[in-house]
Amino acid sequence: MIVAEQKSLQEIRKMLEGRSRVLAVGCGTCVTVCHAGGQRETAALASSLRMATRIDARPIEVDEAIVQRQCEWEYVDVLAARIEDYDAVLSLGCGVGVQTLAERFPRKRVYPALNTKFMGMPTSQGIWEERCIGCGNCILDKTGGICPVSRCAKQLFNGPCGGSENGRCEVAKSTPCAWHRIWERAEALGLVEELMQITPPKDWSSSRDGGPRRIVRDDLRLPGEETEAAS
Amino acid sequence: MSSAAVGDVMPAGTGWKSGSHLERVLAAGHFAVTAELGPPRSWNAEAVKKKIGLLKGSVDAANVTDNQTAIVRMSSIATALLMLPEGLEPIIQMTCRDRNRIAIQSDLLGAAAHGLRNLLCLSGDHQSFGDHPAAKNVYDIDSIQLVGTVKAMRDQGKFQSGADIKGGGPPFFIGAAASPFAHPLSMRPYRLGKKVRAGADFIQTQLVYDVDGFAAFMKKVVDLGFAEQTYILAGVGPLRSPAMARHLRDNVPGVTVPDALVERIEDAAKGIDENDKEARRNAWQAEGQRICVELIERLREVPGVAGVHIMAIEWEQAVRPIVEAAGLLPRPLTDAPT
Amino acid sequence: MSTTFEPEIVALCCRHCAYAAADLAGSSRQTYPPAVKIVELPCTGRVDVVEVLHAFENGADGVLVAGCLEGKCHYLKGNLHARRRLDHVQALMDQIGLERDRARMINVSAAMGVQFAELAGEHVETVRNLGPSPLRRKPLQGETA
Repeated sequence: MIVAEQKSLQEIRKMLEGRSRVLAVGCGTCVTVCHAGGQRETAALASSLRMATRIDARPIEVDEAIVQRQCEWEYVDVLAARIEDYDAVLSLGCGVGVQTLAERFPRKRVYPALNTKFMGMPTSQGIWEERCIGCGNCILDKTGGICPVSRCAKQLFNGPCGGSENGRCEVAKSTPCAWHRIWERAEALGLVEELMQITPPKDWSSSRDGGPRRIVRDDLRLPGEETEAAS
Repeated sequence: MSSAAVGDVMPAGTGWKSGSHLERVLAAGHFAVTAELGPPRSWNAEAVKKKIGLLKGSVDAANVTDNQTAIVRMSSIATALLMLPEGLEPIIQMTCRDRNRIAIQSDLLGAAAHGLRNLLCLSGDHQSFGDHPAAKNVYDIDSIQLVGTVKAMRDQGKFQSGADIKGGGPPFFIGAAASPFAHPLSMRPYRLGKKVRAGADFIQTQLVYDVDGFAAFMKKVVDLGFAEQTYILAGVGPLRSPAMARHLRDNVPGVTVPDALVERIEDAAKGIDENDKEARRNAWQAEGQRICVELIERLREVPGVAGVHIMAIEWEQAVRPIVEAAGLLPRPLTDAPT
Repeated sequence: MSTTFEPEIVALCCRHCAYAAADLAGSSRQTYPPAVKIVELPCTGRVDVVEVLHAFENGADGVLVAGCLEGKCHYLKGNLHARRRLDHVQALMDQIGLERDRARMINVSAAMGVQFAELAGEHVETVRNLGPSPLRRKPLQGETA
């Protein structure tokens, strides 16, 4: 899932300076699950903003809305009528949601209340960790299901480096060394021989390095619709 | 050491991989001595010349670090170019942290054009350690892929993309690092093997203070056959103070310092007035150098060790006295390759 | 003749311990200020950040969250979750501009009628000294700040 966390109230207030009527829009999918932008978080943020701006004698009206997912046109279209009443939208969606709203409602300023951090999972309640950076060419079959692209600070393919100590990464003791884990898994699964092979340089063109990405599935396109270039 | 494989393109007519002085010293069977020259955090060429003066004649070649600990310094290749006319042979270092494969291959062509021949390939300390933690990191390729890339450039005359290098590839003597005490311990000999198979002609290890532990590592390396395929230089470094000894023991991954050595250097200042800072410092440094000499003498006896790599960080003055006391002067001369 | 400011306190009390203690205080004539409005909940674990914020937004000068003694929560850990959430709310209050001492959590058993009254009274005094909530710009009729 996409994992995000809220910007500080101070930063959000700065973005909204000069606005008087704001619609805070939460999202019912990833950011609900990571407690950053769901219904409750949207209500709490809206209340905080209303109170903070009242105390400063520059009150902002902040209303609340929630959509199932901010990353699909059908779900955000329901806001169309309501949005006219506001001079700004505060999105509590991930970066995808913010941009979807901005594109669907081009005449409204859309502000991000969250910092989108990574694709990851809750490893225990209250803790989320990065797992995938979307390199576009998955090699998890070769590394026993542990990704060195997202979980090794140096994105090594023939690790570990000399900074691995007690299974921890030199960058932070709280970070496990991905290659230590991979070697442990290799020993348990009989993959050591394969790991001793030298992995050649990665083709990064399938990743963000190759430019913004797009997938077109002809089998899913609706009959009669033109496939235009990305807008 | 190992002969060229069938189909490899060798530097024309010499039979050497690079023809560098370091390569010739090792091939002749001498116990090699290398040390580190740390570039300045400035564009002051005089600072480099001072360090050259301290090392010249005491070593066979000197490593020039590449933005070590991710702190911006004069670049390795540029610093090495100041060393060449002074007669001190450089080993340029290249990390994967700051440059992608395009810049790396480009820099290596330029380095070779200027006459640089020895190269140490490293992954590189993460930029969070340095003075620009906000920088974007590169790590396009890792150190083992870098070794493989340079080997293919040299022996097949091809860029990493597969395209031909006009006139054949640069003749580098390719090195890699090994960290015998880093974790996981049991796989470190295998990792060294991977570097050798990728094409490492020589290996320089991380600091060794525990000779017995290192000997165990080397036994495994020898048994696996890797010591015959590459030259292994053991890393040593003189301790300057008890604080440094404790820091190396406790904070630096891959470095263990036996408590006996920590105690020895602590005891060196016994009997000296607490307030006489200079005398205490001199006592520690003298003992640190003595310990280093003993380590070198013991490491010479470990099978598979072809030389030492002395890391006297920001203390290049200590190198000559250590090399001399270890009985390793004068350094051998070699003929230029024909 | 002016009267002193009487803070409006919303007290979120768990049914099993705190509400019972408040009840006991009442029936044994242990007085606590009438402006403490008791709200009964199944457990303080039900209290979320939003409830506390809304209480302040709707005019409360202070909020008291009252639960079972730690380790004795009827639902095992509800009061521990509430403690963490209250810490989080207080950090939010710092950013909003509300004095964090306006919110407080206490832990009592059902038998602690006397202590409930004392602690409630203590919180009222704390909030009295802080004055009306910054959100209540004008004092209510008949009061001075």
